[in-house]
Amino acid sequence: MSGADNVVWLGAPAFPEAARGALADTRLRANLRRATGTIRDKRLAVTAELEDWEELRETAAAVKRHTLRHLDHYLLRLEEAVTAAGGTVHWAADAAAANRIVTELVRATGEREVVKVKSMATQEIGLNEALADAGIRAYETDLAELIVQLGDDRPSHILVPAIHRGRSEIREIFRREMGEWGRPAPDTLTDDPRDLAEAARLHLREKFLRAKVAVSGANFAAADTGTVVVVESEGNGRMCLTLPETLITVMGIEKVLPAFADLDVFLQLLPRSSTGERMNPYTSLWTGVTDGDGPSSFHLVLLDNGRTATLADEVGRQALACIRCSACLNVCPVYERTGGHAYGSVYPGPIGAVLTPQLVGVENAASLPFASTLCGACYDACPVKIDIPEVLVHLRAEVVEAERRSRLLPTPEALAMKAASAVLSSPRRLAAVQRLAVLGARLLSRDGRIGALPGPFARWSGTRDTPVPPRESMRAWWRRTRTGTRDEGRTETEGKERR
Amino acid sequence: MSDREAVLGAVRVALAGVPDSESPDDAPSRGPGADHAGPDVVGLFAERAAEYRAVVVRVAAADAAAAVGRALARTGARSVVVPPGFPADLLPEGSWTWLADAPPLTVGRLDTADAVVTTVAVGIAVTGTVALDHGPGQGRRALTLLPDQHVCVIRADRIAPDVPEALGLLDPYRPLTLVSGPSATSDIELDRVEGVHGPRILDIVVIEDERPH
Repeated sequence: MSGADNVVWLGAPAFPEAARGALADTRLRANLRRATGTIRDKRLAVTAELEDWEELRETAAAVKRHTLRHLDHYLLRLEEAVTAAGGTVHWAADAAAANRIVTELVRATGEREVVKVKSMATQEIGLNEALADAGIRAYETDLAELIVQLGDDRPSHILVPAIHRGRSEIREIFRREMGEWGRPAPDTLTDDPRDLAEAARLHLREKFLRAKVAVSGANFAAADTGTVVVVESEGNGRMCLTLPETLITVMGIEKVLPAFADLDVFLQLLPRSSTGERMNPYTSLWTGVTDGDGPSSFHLVLLDNGRTATLADEVGRQALACIRCSACLNVCPVYERTGGHAYGSVYPGPIGAVLTPQLVGVENAASLPFASTLCGACYDACPVKIDIPEVLVHLRAEVVEAERRSRLLPTPEALAMKAASAVLSSPRRLAAVQRLAVLGARLLSRDGRIGALPGPFARWSGTRDTPVPPRESMRAWWRRTRTGTRDEGRTETEGKERR
Repeated sequence: MSDREAVLGAVRVALAGVPDSESPDDAPSRGPGADHAGPDVVGLFAERAAEYRAVVVRVAAADAAAAVGRALARTGARSVVVPPGFPADLLPEGSWTWLADAPPLTVGRLDTADAVVTTVAVGIAVTGTVALDHGPGQGRRALTLLPDQHVCVIRADRIAPDVPEALGLLDPYRPLTLVSGPSATSDIELDRVEGVHGPRILDIVVIEDERPH
């Protein structure tokens, strides 16, 4: 179940290739280093305030695990509760279906434009493009999404999609593009973030006041009451959720929670993990429609688009617990250096490396499970304890397996592994190979390092220096220096060394 | 087959390995969370709300209306939205233009109003949050969204220590808005800037019975 969508960007190069370009962009690296460094410190300060932070994480992980194991039950309860409260629930198996539903709902209102709250689900399905094809203009209202939209750019971070842009670039984009979309930026616009935020406020205010239809995502939905939750900072969310007559919310099926009361733990974990605040400025909660307050028509679109396929994998399904806080991006040494675009997906960073290949199938994002050093910082930061390294390793095995199935001949890597297995299983063969390797390596080395090699070694050696092996292997040294009989000798040698 | 059946069917196939003995009713058990608030709940609320750039004052009941007046005077607000059910004794004496929401004010009129005064459903000390349920004294959601200054009045006994207690006091069937400081963004270089689309100025007047006049 997958259609034309943005989970992976068509034509995007594989991660290693894209990363090479990103690494060469020094301005990008400086922007990312500053931004992720700031947010890391803030996150640590506010999480350290709660002495039971680990228990909160455990609880959240347990609630998510439980919900996913009974997902059909909770989705049906949610549908019932939302309907009872005056909302309408729609189901979309894939991106194309979701886009069709939303387009038809907008058309039915007779409107030609919609205002949008930042939403990963609608990014994922490429909703803006689908609406544009139907002659409907979608205005992004989150500041970072606005920067991306005006710059005809792609998001590079889950929370702050324009994190790759510095303030002076943003100023240029605003001055150049705002006039094309509505109220132009003032001539006196500076690159002070306060000034830039003010320009966005003025530019979008007229759109909020005339909007009749809004499209949002959802952070959570409580199955028992039908309450939907949007967590935000700027107030653009409140504008979209309150002022228009029609509200259409597109939500991944994994966002459901059993009960309203479960929100307590997530509303403690999410702001602290994502923006490093004790609480984000605005959280909106609504249950169906309310007479005389807010939209009179509410539609909830429940989106699969690869989620049930992910759910079927007992190791990989934990990725569906993600609450899109982006803490894993901010602590990841790989993300900090390459930025989000290199991942070629709306879901970048460590969570993207486990989510994207599962949503679209590993064969369509085969480089992503390898876009990690497996250092585990993401697992430590994750508020719902997704064991990202575990899923990465699991998916690496699937990539290798898929590769093996799709080829008649084994890959060079498979041949190398086979040879390694033969060598490592025989002490005699290992000793012989080690002696040869020392000789060969010393011939190839320069200043104690082996650089790029030709032929079959190029793919390994092209991106890393290898230190020259010592003249004598550990095994050879052992044999040369040990004394006495085997068992006694070992004890005696160890004893001497310890003294 | 409808998408509804397709999605639910795929979920059930994916969960075939979950034993029948495991029921949705066996939700994970949860003990009470740790106390993050400490003994001085009101003091913590005032401190935390101020950290997010809300202007917080603590007053005796008799001084509450004057405190509202001082907040409005500080910004020079002239036209002020007053939601239905807002206690008349909390409105200060003075030459303000009070805008009632009956009949409902248009968004254009709300957009040009300088300020709005409201009560609060529940406060949250640990996070410095005010929760609105948009009932009497608070008004429909648009009222607290479009004017640039929001002055809210909260009685000290409506301040809950932390998020779980506060959620327990709120009615999920009402529209709810949790407000923690004025609107803000971290979208430019992850640096926090106060004041984007929602009210850029948030005043909180805390009424304490035992506070001397």
